[in-house]
Amino acid sequence: MTVSRRMLLAAGAATGAGAALSACGSNTGRGDGSGSAGKGPALQQWYHQYGEQGTEQAVQRYAAAYDKARVTVQWRPGNYDQQTAAALLTDSGPDVFEGSPTLDQIRGGQVVDLTDLIEGVKDDFNPAVLAPKTYRGRIWGIPQVIDMQMLFYRKSLLAKAHIDPPTTLDELVDAAKALTSKQVKGLFLGNDGGAGALGGTPLYAAGLELVTEGGKVGFDDPAAARTLGKLHRLYADKSLLLGAPADWSDPSAFLQGLTAMQWTGLWALPQVQKELGDDFGVLPFPKDGSGAPTVPVGAYGAAVSARSKHKDAAKAFVKWLWVDGTADQKDFALSYGFHIPARISLAKQARQLREGAAADAVRFTTEHSFAEPLLWTQASKTAYQDAVNRIIRDGASPDGQLRTVVRKVSAELDRVQR
Amino acid sequence: MKRSAPDPPTDLLTGREAAAPAGSRRRPALPALRTRGRDALWFWIFVGPFALGLGVFTYIPLAWSVYLSFFDAHNTVTPDHFIGLGNYTSMLRDGAFTGSLTTFAAFCAFIVPATYLLSLALALMVNRLRRAQAFFRSVFFLPAACSYVVAALIWKMSIFNGVRFGLANTVLGWFGADQTAWLSTTSPPWYWLVIVTVRLWLQAGFYMILFLAGLQRISPVLYEAAAVDGARPGWQVFRHITFPQLRATSVAVVLLLVINAFQAFDEFYNLLSDARGYPPYARPPLVYLYFTALGQEQNLGYGSAGAVILALIIAVVTVGQARWFGLGRKED
Repeated sequence: MTVSRRMLLAAGAATGAGAALSACGSNTGRGDGSGSAGKGPALQQWYHQYGEQGTEQAVQRYAAAYDKARVTVQWRPGNYDQQTAAALLTDSGPDVFEGSPTLDQIRGGQVVDLTDLIEGVKDDFNPAVLAPKTYRGRIWGIPQVIDMQMLFYRKSLLAKAHIDPPTTLDELVDAAKALTSKQVKGLFLGNDGGAGALGGTPLYAAGLELVTEGGKVGFDDPAAARTLGKLHRLYADKSLLLGAPADWSDPSAFLQGLTAMQWTGLWALPQVQKELGDDFGVLPFPKDGSGAPTVPVGAYGAAVSARSKHKDAAKAFVKWLWVDGTADQKDFALSYGFHIPARISLAKQARQLREGAAADAVRFTTEHSFAEPLLWTQASKTAYQDAVNRIIRDGASPDGQLRTVVRKVSAELDRVQR
Repeated sequence: MKRSAPDPPTDLLTGREAAAPAGSRRRPALPALRTRGRDALWFWIFVGPFALGLGVFTYIPLAWSVYLSFFDAHNTVTPDHFIGLGNYTSMLRDGAFTGSLTTFAAFCAFIVPATYLLSLALALMVNRLRRAQAFFRSVFFLPAACSYVVAALIWKMSIFNGVRFGLANTVLGWFGADQTAWLSTTSPPWYWLVIVTVRLWLQAGFYMILFLAGLQRISPVLYEAAAVDGARPGWQVFRHITFPQLRATSVAVVLLLVINAFQAFDEFYNLLSDARGYPPYARPPLVYLYFTALGQEQNLGYGSAGAVILALIIAVVTVGQARWFGLGRKED
């Protein structure tokens, strides 16, 4: 009798578990084609969460219009790059995803060679963003749109202080100091003082680079220490806005009048335009010494996972959307957020990019932009960013800090070029 | 169900064995065997799921991590490039990692005594209340129900943000002080104020409850005897009666505090990290390893080596602490 009671319990538990398992079985997240039409293999496509209204509906619309495969779009909020990195290790990851892709993903054979997809139109892709998708002559991601960053400034505040828009780093330092008052700070480079947002930008403005063409450290030069030292002056002068509720990628601090100048992205332009009208201008990061002004650009690339069960179908879909589908590409770049199309021909057609600050942004991008090289891996980035942090905020000696970074980055470059 | 069962354990073990000889005297060996088999079956039914979970989610990953730590495992969990102790030597030579250990030691050395003292003080005060004790107990305990992430975000964005309308800066502004960027200033290191206060606010109430329980277990007879012997109320009574009587509670509280400090991640990560990473200060080892192994770097071998080193340190400290406190020794 006792046993029967226990048996009952065990049986109940077993059925419960069974039900739970079968429930799992019916929802694997794969292949139940919501947002897909047509026939053919089931493909998963991943995007990171774009902040702008309508982007998600747009990418779902593109996917639904494809008739050679059933494409399901996953819109992934949170730490997107970490999610894709982890998902690429498993079989349940995406078939098509937007990603850098990183050098280690390429070297590890996690993504598929897409060189043949852009044959014939290769020259139409902006070379600045195509280069970081290229490894040993092969292309591993199709650039989707170009994101760029630049300096926004309030014309009225500069005029009131009788300051011209700065054209050199020294002028920027002086302007930031002159614009700082009890209520308003001169410049906002991010809550960490600029190490994260600026990255390699000051080096390029000084005529240096992160990694040379030959794959060596590009900033083993006294000029690098000189330039980075000037960033510390901004901090020491108390001209920098620090600890703002929203970080540099959001124009809130600039719009709320917490700062007279802010480093942020092209994506913020529509919002700034709406709130400030004509009372703002944009600048590239000013030159230092014998360098030239510069803006950083970047692009997510559409990539195909090597673990995909339908690699050819996935490649065909990428070609359909990101190579042949120029109408959708233009819509994606310009209708929601504000990006520059990765295709030169499309950027030229875009009416929105022909006037005002947007036209300036396009000019900066064509004249003097840089993208982080593929060889500039996360380990190098961390070492460099730590050092710049210490230089800016602790006033650490730029020479000493850079020596350590150069050593670490050389080791990392050796590793990835073995 | 017919059998009377006053006490389930006796029913399971002794009751059954007592019943067996009475029922089948001819085959005495079998029922015992069957019983043992059944017991084993039931043992596994009850313990199995837990053991399975522990194995799958704790021991296998643990062993796998140790395995990975001997390989060059970039972006892979099935590496093939064996490098022996390479990850360990470079991790121990990595200034960022050793620096994070120092950071952590300093944090631990401060937060453990600070929380201990604060929660003990709160418990002593609340315990003396004649009225509204339940109210104050709840008030101090409530923060323990708040999540670290939420608290960290409130601290970061509304109390200690760096602009003039942040709570702390507003208050300081009344006295004419300049605005301070609490989390971005490295000299003086104001970020520690933010990190430490959020943890104190979250933790102190919980440990206060433990101390209150301990205080209420102390027999009033001891205090009466002390009063008869002429002990002055206040410090003398606390020093010679209350504090020694709280020994068991104190040991438990300190152990829990140290373990909690080892696990520090949430408030650090949420207070100081941004989209581009984490600054090179106030970076505890877990945060550093998180960025190394699970961030974009995906250097799983290197991160695993760091995790193993950290686990060894934690093991040594915990064992040492248990020895020192005489944990598990019978109280006299």
